[in-house]
Amino acid sequence: MRRRTFLTAAGLGAGTALGTAACGGGSSEGSSDTATVKVAYQQWGSGTVMKDYLTGVKQAFDSANSGTTLELVPIVASENDYYTKLQLMMRSPRTSPDVVYEDTFLINSDITAGYLQPLDSWLESWEEWDQFQDVAKGAAKAGDGKTYGVPDGTDTRALWFNRQLLTQAGLPEQWAPTTWDELLAACREIKGKLPGVTPINVYAGKAAGEAASMQGFEMVFYGTGTTLYDPDSETWNVGSPEFRDSLQFIKTLYDEKLAPDPSIALDAQVGNRVSEEFLPGGTLAIALDGSWQSSNWLETGGAPWPEWNDVMGQAPMPTRDGSEPGSISMSGGWTWAMTKNTSSADNAWKAISTLTAFDNNLRYNINSAAVAVRKDVATDPEYTGSNPTLEFFSSLVPVTQYRPQNTEYPRVSNEIQVAMEAVVTGQASVSEAADTYDEAVKGIVGEDKTGTF
Amino acid sequence: MATITRPSPGAPAGGELRRRTHPVRVDIARALPLTPAVLLLLVFLAGPILWCVYAAFTNIALTGAGSGDTQFVGLANFREAFSSKDFANSVVLTLVFTVLSAVVGQNLLGLALALLQKRAAPVVRALVGATVIGAWVIPEVVAGYLWYAFLAQDGTLNEIIGGLGLSQNWLYTLPIVAVSLANVWRGTAFSMLVYNAALSEIPAEIEEAAEMDGATGWGRLRHVTIPMIRRTVTTNLMLITLQTLSVFGLIYTMTKGGPGTKSQTLPLYMYEQAFSFSQIGYGTAIALVLLVVGAVFSLVYMRLLREDG
Repeated sequence: MRRRTFLTAAGLGAGTALGTAACGGGSSEGSSDTATVKVAYQQWGSGTVMKDYLTGVKQAFDSANSGTTLELVPIVASENDYYTKLQLMMRSPRTSPDVVYEDTFLINSDITAGYLQPLDSWLESWEEWDQFQDVAKGAAKAGDGKTYGVPDGTDTRALWFNRQLLTQAGLPEQWAPTTWDELLAACREIKGKLPGVTPINVYAGKAAGEAASMQGFEMVFYGTGTTLYDPDSETWNVGSPEFRDSLQFIKTLYDEKLAPDPSIALDAQVGNRVSEEFLPGGTLAIALDGSWQSSNWLETGGAPWPEWNDVMGQAPMPTRDGSEPGSISMSGGWTWAMTKNTSSADNAWKAISTLTAFDNNLRYNINSAAVAVRKDVATDPEYTGSNPTLEFFSSLVPVTQYRPQNTEYPRVSNEIQVAMEAVVTGQASVSEAADTYDEAVKGIVGEDKTGTF
Repeated sequence: MATITRPSPGAPAGGELRRRTHPVRVDIARALPLTPAVLLLLVFLAGPILWCVYAAFTNIALTGAGSGDTQFVGLANFREAFSSKDFANSVVLTLVFTVLSAVVGQNLLGLALALLQKRAAPVVRALVGATVIGAWVIPEVVAGYLWYAFLAQDGTLNEIIGGLGLSQNWLYTLPIVAVSLANVWRGTAFSMLVYNAALSEIPAEIEEAAEMDGATGWGRLRHVTIPMIRRTVTTNLMLITLQTLSVFGLIYTMTKGGPGTKSQTLPLYMYEQAFSFSQIGYGTAIALVLLVVGAVFSLVYMRLLREDG
C-alpha cells in the first residue's frame, strides 16, 4: 500500500513537471500590450557606472516611446564568464536578449556564430552615424563588409608614472621616453636611487589574462612596426624576429628586477593591486596601463585617491627605436549590437540609437573615463573638462592599433601569455618560448594561414 | 534445486518461463506509473551524458565557426588532446594531485585518525571529530580562500615562520603540493567517518584474541584490522578518488591552475578550453578522458579487492 501511494505520487509529480515544462514553452510570447526590448550588459563588482547610465536611458526611452519599454538584463559575471553566459543566452530565441553589449575583440566570432544581425539598413538613414569617427565605425565591421555594432567609447594605453618618484630619481617631471632603451635606462635609474620602489609594471603571464597580452606584450610588439595578424592576406605572423625582441625586452625588465617579482606578477590579483595598492602607495613608479586607470581613483571608484592627478603623469609608450610614428597605443572598446533572435528588430534599433545618442553617450563617456568615439562628444566642453587625462589619452587615437578581430585571437592571446610567462619565470629561453608560440599558433589557425612579416 | 536458488541469467530454465507468464502482465501494469519518472531520468540524467558523448566528436563551440555550423569531426578532438603538451601536463598533474591528496593523504590520515579515535578519551574524540568534520562542512570556495590566505606571500604561514628565513609564496613555489594539502585538509573527514564506521564493526573478541596470542599493535593492525576492513578500504579509495579527480572549485580559488599551468588539473584545463576559449567540443572530449581515468582507477581498486580475497 505504501509503495503504491509512493508510485502514484511520483507519477503525479512527474506528470505535473512535464505539464509545467510544456506550458513554459508557450508563455514566453508577448502577452501584454507593451513590447519589451531586453538589453543585456555586464554587471560585476561594486561599480554602478553602467547601471546608472542604463537606468537613465531606460527612463528617456520609455517616455519617448509609449507602448515600448526597455528591460535591463544585468549579467552578473566576470569578463570571461560574461561572454559565456551571453553566448548561451543568444543561442536560443527563448532566452535571447534583443540588444547586447559586445566587446569589439569578440564581436567577430559572435558574428561568425550567427548570433547577431547587420545594422546597415538602419545606419544608412541615421544622421548621427556621421558623428562617429571612421576608425570607430570599423570596429564592428565584419568580413562581409557589414556593420554589426555601434561603438560607445574606446580606450588607449600608455605609461602612467609617479612624478614624485621620478623627480626623486633625477628624471624630468615631464618625462617622456622616446625609445625602449630610454625607458630601460629610466627604470635602472629608479632602481638604483630608490630602493624599495618597483620601477615598472608590465603585465605578463596568464594570471593577468588579456591585460598581459594587450597592455603588456602588444604595446611592446606593435612598437616594432609589425603586427600579429595581417587582415588583407588573412595570415598570422610566426617566426618574426620582432616577436623575440619583444619577449627579450620583457625578460630584461624581469631579469633585472625592474618589474615586480614573478610571484606578484603571476598572481591573479595583480591588476587590482597595481591600481589600488602599488600606484597610490608609491611603491611602483611606472605602469604600462589603460586610460581608464583614473576611474579607480575617482570618488566613485574602487580606491578613491584625491591627489591622483597631482602625483600621476602620463607619457606615450615609445616605439622600439623611436621610429615613426614615435609612439604606440592599443585600443579596444565595446559596441551595442542587435541579436539575430530579437523579437522586434525595429524596437531593438530604437534602443541602440537611444543608447548611443549624443546626451546619453556624453554622460557615459564622462562617468567611465572613456575615450569618446563621437566627434560631437569629443569636443564637448563638459566632456573635455571632466577628467584631466582625457586630452592626453585622446591624443593617442591617431597612433592606436586594434587587436586582430577574428575568432582565433583569444586562443592566440593565451599563447602570448604562456610565452611571456615562460621567459619571465625563466622556464624557457626567449627562442624556446618563441618557437613554442609559433608551433601553437600553427596548431590553432592552421599552418597555411601563417607567415613571417 | 540448484537452478532455483542460483538461476543462470543467460539461459532460463523452461519451468521458470512458464511460471513467469502470468506475472509479466501484472508487471507491465505496475510499471506504468513509473514511466514518467523513468522518462525524466532518461531525459535529465542519461540525456546530458549522451549529449556529452556526441559533443566530444563535433567541433561545437560557444562562438565562432563551430557555433553557427556544427560539424562531426570524428576523433579530431582526441587527436588534438593527445598531441597537446598542455593536456599531457594536466593528466600528470591530475594523477599527482589524486595520488598525493586522496590515495595517500586523505586515506592514510583518515585511517590514522579513526584508529587513534578508537582509543581516545570521549572528550578528545568529540573535539577531534568536530574539528575534522568542520573542515569538511566548510564550502569548497571558502576552504580554497582560507588556504590562499594561509599560504600566500603575506599569509599566515609566512608570518609564523618568517623568522626562519623560509618565507615564500607557497602558491607560486609549490602550487600542486599546496592545493593537494588543502584537499587533504578538506577531505580527510570523509575517510575518517568511513573508517570509524568500519572499525566499530570489528568484534572486540578478535582483537583480544590477537592480543592474547602476543600480537603487537602493528601486528594487530597489519594482520587483523586491515584485512577485516579491506572492503571498506577499497570502497573508500574509490569514492575519494572519484571525488578528487573532479575537484575544481578548490584549485580555481587558490591558484586558477597557475602559475602558468603548474596546478592545472584536467577539470581546470577542461574549463579553460570549454568556457574561456569556447571550444565546447574539445572540452567535452577532455571530460570523456577524465571519465576513462576514473574508470581505470576503479578497475584497479576492484582488481585489488579481488586478488586479496
